[in-house]
Amino acid sequence: MKPQALFTAFSTIVVREVRRFTRIWAQTLLPPAVTMTLYFIIFGNLIGSRIGQMGGFDYMSFIVPGLIMMAVITSSYANVVSSFFSMKFQRSIEELLVSPVPNWVILAGYVAGGMARGLGIGLIVTLLSLAFTQLSIHNLPMMILTVFLTSALFSLGGFINAMLATKFDDISIVPTFVLTPLTYLGGVFYSIDLLPGFWQGVSMINPILYMVNGFRYGILGVSDVNPCISLGMILVFITVLAFVALKMLDRGKGIRH
Amino acid sequence: MTNALEIEGLTKIYGDGFEALKGIDLHVAEGDFFALLGPNGAGKSTTLGIVCSLVNKTAGKVRVFGCDIDTHLSDAKLNLGVVPQEFNFNQFEKVFDIVTTQAGYYGIPLREASVSAEKYLKKLGLWSKRDTPARMLSGGMKRRLMIARALVHEPKLLILDEPTAGVDIELRRSMWAFLEEMNRQGTTIILTTHYLEEAEALCRNIAIIDHGKILKNTSKKALLQQLSLETFVLDTESPLDAAPELGEFATRLDGEGALEVDVQKGQGLNQVFVRLEQLGIKVISMRTKANRLEELFIRMVEENAVESREPVEGAA
Repeated sequence: MKPQALFTAFSTIVVREVRRFTRIWAQTLLPPAVTMTLYFIIFGNLIGSRIGQMGGFDYMSFIVPGLIMMAVITSSYANVVSSFFSMKFQRSIEELLVSPVPNWVILAGYVAGGMARGLGIGLIVTLLSLAFTQLSIHNLPMMILTVFLTSALFSLGGFINAMLATKFDDISIVPTFVLTPLTYLGGVFYSIDLLPGFWQGVSMINPILYMVNGFRYGILGVSDVNPCISLGMILVFITVLAFVALKMLDRGKGIRH
Repeated sequence: MTNALEIEGLTKIYGDGFEALKGIDLHVAEGDFFALLGPNGAGKSTTLGIVCSLVNKTAGKVRVFGCDIDTHLSDAKLNLGVVPQEFNFNQFEKVFDIVTTQAGYYGIPLREASVSAEKYLKKLGLWSKRDTPARMLSGGMKRRLMIARALVHEPKLLILDEPTAGVDIELRRSMWAFLEEMNRQGTTIILTTHYLEEAEALCRNIAIIDHGKILKNTSKKALLQQLSLETFVLDTESPLDAAPELGEFATRLDGEGALEVDVQKGQGLNQVFVRLEQLGIKVISMRTKANRLEELFIRMVEENAVESREPVEGAA
């Protein structure tokens, strides 16, 4: 296929993905907005006012970057895993498999679709947070780079999960038992300085800690880890997951007999 | 003339060890209307699945209009349109979106895709349903939607796996007419079907596959010439008490009192009517007892079943 045709195929996949999650906006866009608003009210306003400062900022300001990132991670992952698995389940994935679209374009299309939803949710949550606190941006390139790359990374994760899944249970196991605990323990609500030495060490092996802190650095200018290491880690993970996802697509894992 | 499809030594062994295809060879000429027939589990869908990249082959070569699927898969796919056996579109998408999205996967921009989608949706009687979610369509409409989707990028080779399964007779005939028109306009068509009447009515060449082997690959005409005996059912004006003697033609009455006459290959049917006229028996209608292709098909499959039956261990 020529570059123009490849771009048309890519944009077709992205448009279809955006059409899907906007068609079911009550399931995809509304819930994170409601949940995050509750977090802002309960943790930020009600409890946060008693906690005082964290990392040199009031508690509400401290948790906003983490909550935005949490919404981005969850939504990016959920979009790709549910969309791709539904296509497998309904066999509409065959529409793509019989077409001349190369596997890397299929992967790029799904990742871009996941990013569209993840970043869209991120924007909605950011706008909602402005009703509770004022956001000043410390390092705009760092903030944008971290959130874009994190969204891409978890879209890739969702894609691999969907490739491996054989039933609907399989697409909820990772978000429930892996993603949610890692996100909650990834420094969204606290600085790891509060933890004893041992648990600080344990926290350092949680990749989400680096993403949350990288993003927090972009907004507040404070971080538990070196922001450059955060970006480096995300890039390494993206490279590994993209390689794995492409290999699985080439082999037709779970989609070709 | 280029072959639309060339298959050589195609083998498929599934993960559980089942050998679905045992090194089959198949050539379909450009412009042909070709039927791949076989009982359930014979290897039809596996063969077409490999051609369409839905199934990974174990060994062998497949070329679509000269494009090897191992080395020029993208070019091969550009020539292919596929209508699968099962509905495989997103049931929540609108009809128009399903067709234009498929065109997009082939690199066709939306403006051109919309024109092509309109053309085929109109031809297949679905234009008024273009904004309807696919799940709201009837079974026949869903089948036509899959045909429109397969044609939107104007493929040179159209593959249809049981295209009229579960479709009422009127719609089936209209789909036949549509496919014949597509074939006249130059599209090569390969279909699998359980309705042998469909293959006999539409196709010029036929392959019969069973247990992963091609039993026959020839023209429909040559195939039908192999039929040595045909049975005709005659409805007479007056009911018959017993089957009349018609010389070299074997006769009998069926359960409903109609006269069945066996006509061997080379025997003239005129003689039957001459003798019936002599006996004062007036015939008001006549039909063949079974579809001719169906008889041949059943015979070949049964013969193959006997040949490929595995010996029972310990049997004397």
